[in-house]
Amino acid sequence: MSDEGHRGDARLPGHETDITPSPEPHARTEDLPAEPAPEPGTGYNFAYLDEGTKRMIRRAILKAIAIPGYQVPFASREMPMPYGWGTGGVQVTAAILGRSDVLKVIDQGSDDTTNAVSIRAFFARTAGVAVTTRTAEATVIQTRHRIPERPLAEGQVLVYQVPIPEPLRFLEPRETETRQLHALAEYGLMHVKLYEDIARHGHIATTYAYPVEVAGRYVMDPSPTPKFDNPKMDDCPALQLFGAGREKRIYAVPPHTRVRSLDFEDHPFRVQHFAEPCALCAARGVYLDEVLLDDAGRRMFVCSDTDHCEERRAAGHRGEGA
Amino acid sequence: MSAGATCGPLLCVRGLTKRYGHRIGCADVAFDLDPGEVLAIVGESGSGKSTLLSLIARDLAPDAGTVRYRLRDGTLADLAALSEAERRHLMRTDWGFIRQDAAQGLRMGVSAGGNVGERLMGVGARHYGRIRSTAAEWLGKVEIAADRIDDPPKAFSGGMRQRLQIARNLVTGPRLVLMDEPTSGLDVSVQARLLDLIRRLVAELGLAVVIVTHDLAVARLLSHRMIVMRGGRVIESGLTDQVLDDPAEPYTQLLVASVLAA
Repeated sequence: MSDEGHRGDARLPGHETDITPSPEPHARTEDLPAEPAPEPGTGYNFAYLDEGTKRMIRRAILKAIAIPGYQVPFASREMPMPYGWGTGGVQVTAAILGRSDVLKVIDQGSDDTTNAVSIRAFFARTAGVAVTTRTAEATVIQTRHRIPERPLAEGQVLVYQVPIPEPLRFLEPRETETRQLHALAEYGLMHVKLYEDIARHGHIATTYAYPVEVAGRYVMDPSPTPKFDNPKMDDCPALQLFGAGREKRIYAVPPHTRVRSLDFEDHPFRVQHFAEPCALCAARGVYLDEVLLDDAGRRMFVCSDTDHCEERRAAGHRGEGA
Repeated sequence: MSAGATCGPLLCVRGLTKRYGHRIGCADVAFDLDPGEVLAIVGESGSGKSTLLSLIARDLAPDAGTVRYRLRDGTLADLAALSEAERRHLMRTDWGFIRQDAAQGLRMGVSAGGNVGERLMGVGARHYGRIRSTAAEWLGKVEIAADRIDDPPKAFSGGMRQRLQIARNLVTGPRLVLMDEPTSGLDVSVQARLLDLIRRLVAELGLAVVIVTHDLAVARLLSHRMIVMRGGRVIESGLTDQVLDDPAEPYTQLLVASVLAA
């Protein structure tokens, strides 16, 4: 794609006589879908990115789906938000969004925090798609740090915002070496990290970004989701896409793929358990956030997934703090 | 080692050459190494010793020549013909490499137990308790106190780091160990202890060793045979005692004569 762009750029009016246009750029440009007219009132192409960029990202996504867990490099664009705020996830979402899609954006499980609200508003404005906070109604869910409590269904796409896609990064700083380790499936190093956890803390103390093995091959960083959510990735009927904007990587877990959390035989993978149910909706077996209530140290534990909590309360469930 | 001894040398080096531009790194080096044999490569700084070791380990690609190694199934394999995966697996299981600078051979931020256990986990060990007890056993063999198992090498002295490096390399039961100046930079008493330890382990485990050193005393203590290098070429080779007591080449005579009498 970039080649084509450069050759296109070279054909500036002043240089036209110097360059013999080769036949293939013409043929290629005819393949491109006609650029749709800017969305009325915004001045932007549908979903902000231009069609050429979207096609480049879709190619990376298709490759990522074909090789589950493999990090595909892509030409990440500058987005109108700082790195660390979901530039990778936003680009993936922009590339897959269609006019009939219904978008939900969650940040730490919540639909109403800054990151979620601004990204939702961004796509409502630049793509004009319907937005929702309900997991069940959404076709595309962009997420930071959580997988919704409600089981995802076939046809839904979960887009993760990823800060550091390389699970081996803090053990092996050289990119050339980590690529080789992935290529040769040499993942002993990942277990060194878990070994260190047990040696220091007596148990595997990694609680988020807990490494998983995808489809029996690639070891993948599931982004900083709590390890509580790792089991939800296994055999998930929804498509899971991961976008890292700063690191310029896209990876994917296709529907119904085996996702196994790494562990030791004598220290098996376990998720967190909460003693108390959600203070608002009395849900058990869900991931809870600690909320401080005053300076005297009073606190309560509530569902991190706000949509799940609201749904349960609407259905009449009441916790102690409600 | 009887099985290995019957089927010829463990390592065959032929015509190994490496040039850095038009300077010679090492030129036309050839030797055989039998199982359980210790070969010392001596020479002054810049004589091509370390280049030779890097070529054998294929950290560097040679300009000419071959390195062949007898695999456990008895076949003599050209290292250049092995796939990257096979070669790395070989290095991780059947070979060891003790570096001069322990920081290069160890993970300085990972505990001693993790350093020793890495190779085991690399070949598929997934039982924490067993990995840890094997690591503890090896720390004992290299005389590191059991209560230091969770300390990182950053907290270790130079001599301890070298011993930890040895444990980390020997845990998978390799047959060939390459050593690059393992005792330099240590004070004399620590050197003596380390040499004792290396000599004991080499004898107990029947290791074949290629040791690079500029210290003739180390060569005399550890090695059966030695190679003297100068300007990238082998100028003399033979049994260690023979070379040191009756050097044929003027350069070797100079080298032997220049040792300070203790």
